Amino acid sequence: MTAKPHRRALRSVAVAAIGAFVLAGCASDDGGPVELTWYINPDNGGQTALAEQCSDASNGAYNISTSLLPRDAASQREQLARRLAAGDKTMDIMSLDPPFVPELAEPGFLATPPADVIERTTKDTLEGPALAAQWEGEYVTVPFFANTQVLFYRKSVAEAAGLDMSQPVTWQQIMDAAETQDKYLGVHGIQGESMTVWVNGLIESAGGSIVQGDAASAEGIQLGLDSEAGDKAAAIIGNIGDKGLGGPGISSQDESAAGVQFRGDKGSFMVNWPFVYPAAVAAAEEGSIDQSVIDDIAWTTWPRVDADTETAPPVGGINLGVGSDSQHQEEAWDAIECIVSPENQSSYMVSDGNPASSSVAYDDPEVQEAFPMSETIRESLDIAVPRPQTPYYNEVSTGIQQTWTPIYDVNENTPKESAEFITSVLNGEAML
Amino acid sequence: MSTTVEQRPAHKGKEAKAPVSDRTRGERRLGWMLAGPAFVVMLLVTMYPIVQALWDSLYSYRLTAPDDRSFVFLQNYMTVLGDPVFLSALLVTLFITVVTVAVELVIGFALALVMNSVLKTFRGVVRTAILVPYGIITVVSAFAWFYAFDINTGYVNTWFEWLPIIGPDFNWFGQQWSALFVIMASEIWKTTPFISLLLLAGLAQVPGELNEAAKVDGAGWWQRMYKVTLPSMKAAIMVAVVFRALDAFRIFDNVFIMTNGQYGTETLSLLAYRTSITRLEIGLGSAVSVILFLCVLLIAFVAIKVFKVDLAGGKG
Repeated sequence: MTAKPHRRALRSVAVAAIGAFVLAGCASDDGGPVELTWYINPDNGGQTALAEQCSDASNGAYNISTSLLPRDAASQREQLARRLAAGDKTMDIMSLDPPFVPELAEPGFLATPPADVIERTTKDTLEGPALAAQWEGEYVTVPFFANTQVLFYRKSVAEAAGLDMSQPVTWQQIMDAAETQDKYLGVHGIQGESMTVWVNGLIESAGGSIVQGDAASAEGIQLGLDSEAGDKAAAIIGNIGDKGLGGPGISSQDESAAGVQFRGDKGSFMVNWPFVYPAAVAAAEEGSIDQSVIDDIAWTTWPRVDADTETAPPVGGINLGVGSDSQHQEEAWDAIECIVSPENQSSYMVSDGNPASSSVAYDDPEVQEAFPMSETIRESLDIAVPRPQTPYYNEVSTGIQQTWTPIYDVNENTPKESAEFITSVLNGEAML
Repeated sequence: MSTTVEQRPAHKGKEAKAPVSDRTRGERRLGWMLAGPAFVVMLLVTMYPIVQALWDSLYSYRLTAPDDRSFVFLQNYMTVLGDPVFLSALLVTLFITVVTVAVELVIGFALALVMNSVLKTFRGVVRTAILVPYGIITVVSAFAWFYAFDINTGYVNTWFEWLPIIGPDFNWFGQQWSALFVIMASEIWKTTPFISLLLLAGLAQVPGELNEAAKVDGAGWWQRMYKVTLPSMKAAIMVAVVFRALDAFRIFDNVFIMTNGQYGTETLSLLAYRTSITRLEIGLGSAVSVILFLCVLLIAFVAIKVFKVDLAGGKG
């Protein structure tokens, strides 16, 4: 007896719920602002603030809501690739890690940016981030913020080792200095993306390139690992591994762990992204390290491989792209133009610590105050070289990570072995 | 009266063909009606992905190159089976399975004996204490073990400094043997309660009078254990071993969190994950998944046919 009214009530609730869903779905069609979704990488909240700011500035044209991607770049790529391949229509704006841009651009997952948007957004872009936003010579994404590694050093150690840090230094010099001073070098020996960043930086600095030939097809890729530049890279990495210069935890040391090691008693020189500096300052404010450590830290551009050749520092960062299945592409490009304006880039740099891709943003006095190393970053970004650009980046990168770790096993055969391994993976003959 | 007598032989003949009483038949029908919908749903949600994986495994298919999809028949399987990466993952998986199940069986049995024989007042406390690890989410326990052993944040290195090899400079996750040791220790800590729970149920089924009779006949503790207790709980032991072996063979969380497969710690399910999710190689990854599935089927088959595990033993 009681069951029937109960069931009827349940049914009407269900119908009401479905109706509400349908209505919500249609809401943006009747004149209100277009709902844009921005897939962002985790930061200090700066991208969400920019989304609000640009929504307000659009005068009701669009409203950006953000959707948070996983923490590491590889998982971000996984989620974006799966959504794009499945034809997700909400991929309006995406924060993309540059190495994965070709993989998404090649199958046509990314909408082509309008020429006028590119013209307005890239006129002040530094060389490194500009290269990283292109695929096959065309812009497929818009550079947002950039990142680059610099060489941090402890003034006391450099002085004791007799190094003149106002001049460019070489890897050999900092290795010798760490060895004679009985200190550890801050490098990243974990089997992860940071390994590819390191190997690529060394090979590019030595005048080589990991990927040559037709990078668009698996069969056409030629690897420049087994080369003079590759041998030089292997010699540096193998030497650091052999002598234990990276410290005891080197096999699992990533960027954050290197940052912690650097501000300890054994810190000397470290290649790393700028974020480790604010982290060290925060540690000093908390009292976990002494202020004298902060005062001892200085920075310069990435070390050279050859004393007479300019270095090629790693570049990272985030580009903004639009999914080709997005239903509001026009509004999305407008929103992107707002997000990447130099003023927003400088405020984002101050709030979130991620360096701007536009050179104009560095002239902001606030940026110069918050980032004492901003000039070094700008210099570094202008000579930086991106990681290999190919749709098969993941294979190349993972192949390098697996063959160049642990670093104490890297020797003169490593470049050849890694090239053979990656080639057979690309040909579908071997697994990663 | 006479009619019933005449009917009887016919009824008997019917019974010999299908010895099912009305009551049993009714019970079965009720069983199907109760479990049927769930069974159908289960079949739908498991069969669809399984068939899809079988189908995909015959193609060379990369998610980010949808136009290059091509039928390659068994090529993916040949690539996987002939690859040293697969072989190493298979061996690591087998090693982890054998070691963890064996160790868990011994410790689990000891814990079951403790739970079975403690005084009634402490029974609840002891059982809860033993079961706590099993109630912890695997990922959480993996992180706890990882941070305990990690060279930068861990306390294990300082606590056990007095042992050889271990010291502040020892990197547990820097080479295969020590990384596998931590992974297996965490796995054992986490799932031994499961085995001990199953064994406790087995212990409860051992008839007390048999043990008493053996005691009267002068059998010692070991003799009673070997001749009475263990044989009577063979079924429970085998069920525990099969369930744990199937579970251990699919180990993922601990490896994923602690090493992500680096330095020779990759297992089969991690390889399947990395191939189809990380590399987006749907074809090759499906082939690995299908092989993993077949391995699990094989373990179940061997357990049931060769060791004659009666999974429905509880049915009256």
